[in-house]
Amino acid sequence: MTFTEILKYSIDLLAVLFLALGIKGLSKVRSAREANRLAAVAMTLAVFGVLVNSLGDIGISLTAWLWIVFGSVIGACLGAITAKRVPMTAMPETVALFNGCGGMSSLLVALAVALFSNTTAQLENGLVEKISIGISVFVGAITFTGSIIAMAKLQGWLSTPPWMQSKIRHIVNIALFVLALIAFFEISIGGDRGLFLLVISSSLLGIGVTLPIGGADMPVVISLLNSYSGVAAAAAGFVVRSQLLIVAGAMVGAAGLILTQVMCNGMNRSLISVLFGGAIGVDTSSGEGTAGEYTNITSCSVEECALTLEAAERVVIVPGYGLAVAQAQHTLREVTRSLEANGINVTYAIHPVAGRMPGHMNVLLAEADVPYEQLKEMDVINPEFPATDVVLVLGANDVVNPQAKNNPSSPLYGMPVLDVQDARTVFVVKRGMSAGYSGIKNDLFELTNTSMVFGDAKKVLGDLLVELKELGIGSKG
Amino acid sequence: MSFLSEALWVLLLGSLLGLELIGKVPPTLHTPLMSGANAISGITMLAALTLIIKAGNNIPLLVMGAVSLGFALFNVVGGFLVTDRMLAMFSRKSPRK
Repeated sequence: MTFTEILKYSIDLLAVLFLALGIKGLSKVRSAREANRLAAVAMTLAVFGVLVNSLGDIGISLTAWLWIVFGSVIGACLGAITAKRVPMTAMPETVALFNGCGGMSSLLVALAVALFSNTTAQLENGLVEKISIGISVFVGAITFTGSIIAMAKLQGWLSTPPWMQSKIRHIVNIALFVLALIAFFEISIGGDRGLFLLVISSSLLGIGVTLPIGGADMPVVISLLNSYSGVAAAAAGFVVRSQLLIVAGAMVGAAGLILTQVMCNGMNRSLISVLFGGAIGVDTSSGEGTAGEYTNITSCSVEECALTLEAAERVVIVPGYGLAVAQAQHTLREVTRSLEANGINVTYAIHPVAGRMPGHMNVLLAEADVPYEQLKEMDVINPEFPATDVVLVLGANDVVNPQAKNNPSSPLYGMPVLDVQDARTVFVVKRGMSAGYSGIKNDLFELTNTSMVFGDAKKVLGDLLVELKELGIGSKG
Repeated sequence: MSFLSEALWVLLLGSLLGLELIGKVPPTLHTPLMSGANAISGITMLAALTLIIKAGNNIPLLVMGAVSLGFALFNVVGGFLVTDRMLAMFSRKSPRK
């Protein structure tokens, strides 16, 4: 072993160690930020490892340097700008976009080696490489198109076409998969035509699988695609013979799979039903969760709501998707500040899937400076609802639906929900009577202790703030 | 063949390590963890880098390598920065400074 080889191996080992510690640390609140930085350091080390090895080996030509700088500067700058500019509410689609680009990168490496490496002697193109190229192209293409579709759907650029909800889509997807398999075998026996067939069929497969999936399930799909992008990276590692790439890709692939499973559990959905069930509620008759079905709805004005809040001792806020969309977290923070100034005890009940993806609501409230200690998880807050005077539900729907507990025939049945109906008074701030993600009627709205406050979350909270000021709350009590 | 057998061991042990690393994640961290793991999956930039270095004067290889490197770095840099942005908000809770 030469000195550069030993140096390269040491750098690689250190990088793997840091990556593993990074992933480990990211799953704990206290160490998460340092862990993220550690992983970033590990990635930088890994790049050094490749450069060191190549310098001692064949040397890096000036042309190569130019292309390296060119590609990395553009990619890094665009990435940094996107990361800085994107609003916190758009986090799910941002993660999807980044992930798709990772998949695209693996796809391109595999394609480049398959198409052009026979002209240079430096990259081998044996059976192992051919199989790895096939896997890398297959998984990379699915990751790319799937992630882009996921992003477009979350942005609202795309909605599910009706025919995608029909059962035919399974046949189409299976056909595409078979086509990809045929192409895969063609490549492994040394064919060239298979490559393009594989690119096209796996790209379409990524679209076909992701397109029918509804908004609430999308985060799970993104997490799964993230796992795939790890697999694609590992396969690319076989193509260019990099052990570091293989181990890192394998770690991300396996860790992503576990995270996907954890998320599914949090939403009480199985991975199979996420992937093959389509959006829940959409293809059933309960999809018509419109105003017509509701009876005994009590609606009230912002003034009444403010008066009740003033008289309360314990208030629990239930933030949801609607709050995130209206970007009302800052106004909410002002409202709770004035309540607190009046000696009212305010806490936030956080459902595991509140917001647009699991854990997203915590990020949004953190952005608005809500103290971490006031955020309570479902299991902690549920026993406290009977001792709560007022619950303010802001743009949350399915996560407070009592049907999940009372109605065994409901598609929501079994999903863990917040027991807000146990509180003395419940105010539901909502734009209209339309159904939530699941498209299921919410029994909570008809209960006698529930009042609806209609309006956009941000507008209602703004009005509430004014009313509270007029009542003399918040001016210092 | 020795590369293959080693690589398969690495793949197996790496996967097991990944399965072990994430045990009980609090829901609070689902989004940042996904975003962080996402950034790490951009490790495929090493493959793009290797490709460019070994490409010699083969222009198509150089171009595809550079584009691939660009995509990967978009993922890596963007992913780590956006994760840091999210996590910075959590740490702000605890007494400042």
